[in-house]
This record gives sequence, C-alpha cells and structure tokens, in this order.
Amino acid sequence: MDLRSRIPTGPLEGKWERHRFEMKLVNPANKRKYTILVVGSGLAGASAAATLSELGYNVKCYCFQDSPRRAHSIAAQGGINAAKNYQNDGDSIYRLFYDTVKGGDFRAREANVYRLAQISVTIIDQCVAQGVPFAREYGGLLSNRSFGGAQVSRTFYARGQTGQQLLLGAYQALEKEIATGGVTMYPRTEMLDLIVVDGRARGIVIRNELTGQIESHLGDAVVLGTGGYGNVFYLSTNAKGSNTTAIWRSYKRGAAFGNPCYTQIHPTCIPVSGDYQSKLTLMSESLRNDGRVWVPKKKDDKRAPHEIPEAERDYYLERKYPSFGNLAPRDISSRSAKEVCDEGRGVGETALGVYLDFADAIKRLGDATIHERYGNLFEMYQRITDEDPYKVPMRIYPAVHYTMGGLWVDYNLMSTVPGLHVIGEANFSDHGANRLGASALMQGLADGYFVLPYTIGDYIASSKLPPVTVDHPAVRATEVDVTERTKRLLAIKGKRTAASFHRELGRIMWDNCGMARNEAGLKRALSEIPALREEFWENVNVPGGSGELNQSLEHAGRVADFLELGELMCLDALHRTESCGGHFREESQTPDGEALRDDENFTYVAAWEYAGVDRDPILNKERLIFENVKLSQRSYK
Amino acid sequence: MSDGNPPFIMNLTLRVWRQPAPDARGSIVAYEASDISPDMSFLEMLDVVNERLTERGEIPIAFDHDCREGICGSCGVMINGAAHGPMRGTATCQLHMRSFNDGDTITVEPWRAKAFPVIKDLCVDRSAFDRIIAAGGYVSANTGGARDANEILIPKESVDTAMDAASCIGCGACVAACPNASASLFTAAKITHLGLLPQGQPERYRRALRMVTRMDLESFGGCTLYGECQDACPKEISIDTIARMNRDYLKAVMTAKD
Repeated sequence: MDLRSRIPTGPLEGKWERHRFEMKLVNPANKRKYTILVVGSGLAGASAAATLSELGYNVKCYCFQDSPRRAHSIAAQGGINAAKNYQNDGDSIYRLFYDTVKGGDFRAREANVYRLAQISVTIIDQCVAQGVPFAREYGGLLSNRSFGGAQVSRTFYARGQTGQQLLLGAYQALEKEIATGGVTMYPRTEMLDLIVVDGRARGIVIRNELTGQIESHLGDAVVLGTGGYGNVFYLSTNAKGSNTTAIWRSYKRGAAFGNPCYTQIHPTCIPVSGDYQSKLTLMSESLRNDGRVWVPKKKDDKRAPHEIPEAERDYYLERKYPSFGNLAPRDISSRSAKEVCDEGRGVGETALGVYLDFADAIKRLGDATIHERYGNLFEMYQRITDEDPYKVPMRIYPAVHYTMGGLWVDYNLMSTVPGLHVIGEANFSDHGANRLGASALMQGLADGYFVLPYTIGDYIASSKLPPVTVDHPAVRATEVDVTERTKRLLAIKGKRTAASFHRELGRIMWDNCGMARNEAGLKRALSEIPALREEFWENVNVPGGSGELNQSLEHAGRVADFLELGELMCLDALHRTESCGGHFREESQTPDGEALRDDENFTYVAAWEYAGVDRDPILNKERLIFENVKLSQRSYK
Repeated sequence: MSDGNPPFIMNLTLRVWRQPAPDARGSIVAYEASDISPDMSFLEMLDVVNERLTERGEIPIAFDHDCREGICGSCGVMINGAAHGPMRGTATCQLHMRSFNDGDTITVEPWRAKAFPVIKDLCVDRSAFDRIIAAGGYVSANTGGARDANEILIPKESVDTAMDAASCIGCGACVAACPNASASLFTAAKITHLGLLPQGQPERYRRALRMVTRMDLESFGGCTLYGECQDACPKEISIDTIARMNRDYLKAVMTAKD
C-alpha cells in the first residue's frame, strides 16, 4: 500500500507556500468540465463545495439531513482557534502549531499541523467577511477566550453557538452557489458505497431517502466530509444520524483507515440519567474558563454540594495540574474524572459525575457577566437536568465526543484510493492522539476553504480521467452490492431492533475501548463484537420496505457498519500497547498515572488496509518524523 | 433532581398523526406510552414507543431529529396544538416529559402549512427555507481575499443584536404557529442578522427584496403581526426583526431600478 505522505521538502514555514506554487492548476475555462462529488455538508463539506463552485467546478453535494444547514458541525459550542495574537499574549503560528502537536501527544504530522496553524488566521478573516457575528469588545474589536491545552487566549466565539454561526456562514455560501447553478444539492440522500473504476474514485452509490431509489452518481473526484464515527459507542455527543457508512464503505473499497482507536472522550458532558438515554449533551469546554471542577475528598459523600465545606473538597485538576488547572487538555481532564469516580468520590445519583462549580466566578464577576458568557449553556443544562447552575454546581461526566482517527490521507488530503479526498473529522490527519478544544472547527474550515480547493486541482490536472458512464461494469457491480445489501437487511425479519444491537455494541465499546483500555478487555471485545454482528445479520428486525422513507432501514444499515468498525477500533487499540493522548492503555502509564508513550516503537500512524471478508486487515505504518518539535513527556503540571 | 423519592413513572396516551406517504390520507392513531420517565426528552419518549411498535411488527412513527440538543432545527412537531410543545424557548428535543402529567393524553401532529407538505407521519418538507436563503440570505464574499478581521470594527451592541437574530435554527415553528403560515420571522431573522452588520450593507436592500419575493412565491401566507411566531420560536427571536424586514423591503421596492 502506498503510504507516501507527500510532505513537501524544505523548512517547515515554507512548505505550503512552495507546494502551492508547485501544484498544477486547472485552466479556469476547463474547470466547469470537471464534476466533483462532495459528500457531507458540515463545515468541511459545505465550505469545500461552495469554494469549488466559486472556482468554477461543477459540484454535486450530498447530505442525509433534510437541509445542508443541519450537519452536526452546527452543534459545536465553544469556539475556533486562530493564531491572530490579537490579545498580545505571546501567541504565534508556531505556538499554535506547537500546542497542537503537543496536545495530540506527538502523534500528528508536523507539516499538516503547521499548515493548519498558518491557515487559521485566514479562516477568521473569511468568516468575518461572510458576516459571522463573532463576539466583540465595546471598541468593536474581536473578543477571545481561552481553551484547554493552551496558555494564550486565541479562541474566537459566537456565544456558545460558534459552530452554528460558522456552519451558517458556509451554508449561506453554499446556497449562494446553489443559486448560481454551480452546486446541485441532494438533501435526504445517503451515500452507500464508493465507485472505483480503474483504481480511481469515480463516483458514489446513493439512496434517496424519500423514494428509496438507489442511483450511481459519477464524477472526476470524490470528497468525503462525512464527520466522525463516535456513534459506534451508541451514546455520544454526536447527532443521532452521524455515522461511519461513507468512510467505512470507502475503507472496504481500498482506502486505508488511520488510527481508528483514537477517540476523544470530552470531559464536560451532562451525565447519563437512564437506560432510555438516546444521546449525551456536551457542555462547552469554555465553561472551564470560569467553572471549577471538584469532588468531595471523602468517599461516598452523600451531602448536597453546599453542605460540603471548602476544606473537604478536592479541586483535583487544580491540585494535580497547577499551571493549567481547570484548563488541562481534554484527555487528561476526562481520565482524572474517571479516576475520582472509580475511587468512589463521584457525585449525583449514579456517582458517575463531578461538579463544575461557578460559585466563585459568580461572586467575582456577578450573575450578569456569567449570563452573558454562558447563558445559553446554563439554560440548556437546566432544561435537561431541571437544576439551576447559577445556584447548584453543574454535574458533568466525560462522554465520547470526537474521533481523531479516520481515513488516512496524504498532505493533499487524498486517501489511498486516487481521487478520493477526505476532509474534516472524517480524515485522520491533524490532531494526533488527542484534539485540543476549538481545533475541530479550525480544521474543518481549513480543509474545505483553503486546502482541498488547491490540492484537488493538482489531482485533476495531473490525472487522466476518461469518461465513465453508468453502464460501466464496476458501476453496475457496486450498485448491485448496495441493492442486495438493502434487500438482505429487510428480509431478515428477526426479533430485535437495530437500536438494541446498537446499544449493546456501544456498551461493549465503552467498557473495553473507552477511557481506559487493557489487553484482556480488548480481547473480550474482539470476541463479543463478531458474535453480536452475526446475531445482527440473523435476528435484526427492520420494518417497512425499501421504496419509501424508512428510518429503520437507514439506522440498520449504519449499525451494520458500526458492528464492523468497532472490531477494527479494538484491534488497533490492542496492537498499540503504548498510551498516547485519548488512547490510554492501563499497562502503559507513568508512576503518577499519566499516559506513557513508547516513542521507540509507536511513532507511526497505523493505516489499516481491508483484506476481504473474514480476513484480518493488514497493518501498514506511516512513520512520523519530527524535525522541529522535540518529543517529550507531555506535562501540564 | 433526585429528592430521594422513588422514581416516578408516567403512563400517557398519544394521539399521533400517521400518514404513510405524501399523497396518502392520514389520520390520528392512538398509542399507549406506558412506563415513561419524567427525565426522558419528548423524542426519547417517542423512541420508546417506536421500539415497542417495531417489536410488535408495526411500522414505527417517522419523525425528523438529529442533534437532540436544540440547535440543528431538524425536529419539531405540534404538541397539543403548540409548536414544540408547552415550554417557551424550547425545541421538541429539549422538551422533557416532566412538563406533562401522569395520565395525560398528548396529541402529536406535523407542522401544518401549505409550504411544508407532509412527507410521512411527522416529517415535512421544509426545503422552501433553503430556497429563501438561496435567494439572497448571504454576503457575497467568495473564499479568499478577505481583509484582516479586526479591520472591520463592529459595535458590540450591533453584533449582539445581529447574533440574537442569527441564532435562528430554521426549524419552521414560526410558520407552524402562524395562523397565516407566514415565514416572515424566519426570513426577517436572516435579513436582520446581515442587515445589522457592516459586511451586509452592500447587498442589504437587494437581499430584502429577493428574499421576500422568494418567500411570497413559496406559498407562505402574509404576516398580519399576530406574534404567535415569536412565542413559538425555540430561540425566542423577536418580531422586531419583521419590522426591520418590512422597512428594508419597502425601501428596496421604492428605490428598485427594475
């Protein structure tokens, strides 16, 4: 398998500049002759589709939601990082680069991360030009806040709705291009397979969710901006519809899957309240700017929070990480919460929770300031829990939030299938083993607005792309696969719902491939998941037919893919016997319980290659070379 | 919050609009929703009902939903005649069963508007909203070439008011609640968001003209200022935005060159 990263040579600072010069261009008049299929309409997909259309390409864009504006980027709350140094606090492109590489526990590519940091500043300019209402100071300048894993204030935000405002900016740009005819939009459409012709990605098979019609759409390149796969855990902060199908089917058509086990468990979510729970709700990390995290010092302390005197509280993040305190990175904060709960010091009915307390901040700043900063988050918390965070500390617990793993891509964001490009959370590229807060929005928009539009031109200009029609045997065969699979799901007529399988898979993944992993647990999961998958294909009950809106069928298809992906995640987690970032192997920790990397043996990207049904996937390795940053034990103390 | 009492369980009767296809006749069908926890969200309650329907071999109730945290705008149903149900400023996914009483009968229907045809059960077609945005709900700023973000000074008050309007989630509750099925609040929210910012000025009047014209073409009703929309809006967007839209539209019509 060709895992050449295609990182340009030369000094870090000049790589992207030089690469842009060296890439081939497509003549402006020729661009409209090329069709690019963009799957997904979140920050990455919408920004890419709009920009490609502005450049003159013929673009088709697909989303499973009823409108592109509903992609799950919309739910990102806290903010977007950029190395503007508007606060004069010592930020720089190099510092954002360094923080991101370190935050990712030295498991990301230097060149990709540096490019991301360079582009970050342009993103803010672009979004302001579009009318994104970022928070401002009284003088009219942009306001910033701090986020975990950084000691500078570089996060731009629009209340607790930054993702919404950025996505609406990209969505509006997309609608502008739809109006010009440059983009044809296909909402309520799900990609069910990738069409590979003569070794190149040339199309996708889609299902129209309203009519059930299965069709092949062809083009010159395919772009996946289909998001992460956190819903493999059933409970996560992802939207209910978020799924792995597009990237999983592409994996099975030859795209390598990079670091599937790298999962981010976000420290500040509302704890689970019952078995019926359908999803978990994030409370933005920005709350940790002013909230203090604590648990009682005593085990099984059932007193109400206000009855516990100051001296009997353990502000464990401030105690363990005095220099970063409550703003320690996500992986470390989550693991610390798990530790105190495992010790029996958790709070709330289930004892799987810690306090996030605003009493000091309210005393210092007043209700009004806190309301202005976090009003909508406080309201959301109160609606869900029926508790008032102005009066009672919030209860929070970690939840699956983001997947750093994804399809392997080179510096040009192209997968191991030529022509298949992968952007945003769907790829593996920039966050290493742990993503810092406010960096997902940055990456999605960097990929979509400013990287892919250049690199895809180079691919098109330097490739021979003979016309392909729907009667090509490879197209026909892929379409038949999809149709057969749909028929098979409907024909099983078993006893269990797809949701019940999904919940059971989620439990296996959370228990064995969650915040802490060990060999015995992963091996257990690797025997349980195939058994569950087998039962699924014998006993799932998918009501309704194929030629209509059938949400049960959509869900069942996604669960079937999660049942395969979960196994690969466990396999990856088992092989990586070191701890790094969000991947914590209990066997590999420092004396004080921090993640212990094994740089000698694991400074690589694990790129898994599909080898066929019932055959073990093949592990390929892309060695990570650090020329600028010195690998060190991460310390936030 | 737990107050030490044993867990409280509710038994409810649902009356749900079932319609198998866009052109099929629909009807209200009654279902028992038993053993419901007050801590469930309204959609989680529907999930439970759907699981039981599936287990019994019946077709589950179709409803749109995605983020389940009140921001994507996918969900939205009429609950006892109110868009998104009884809680102010709350989308259906954020409504919890503690807002109801044990033994209640709850009627659940799709948005009712000519411009939002029913697709199936509780799902409707809201693509008219996308077409209104495509008519002009943007700033024409192609990617690249933007100047430094801090070169545009925007008074905090302007950006705060713009943000109030920009928080619209496009759910359609305003249309569903309006006796005229007008899309004025939705359209006005975008016109207000962009019209309050310096970046939105060059296209301000053209935008108002084009978006309002599109809205009228989409078979939404006219606005007669009932104000039901702002009461139903999960983001509590004010009808002041409609006054702003009308002013911009009027100026656009008066000064239009063609």
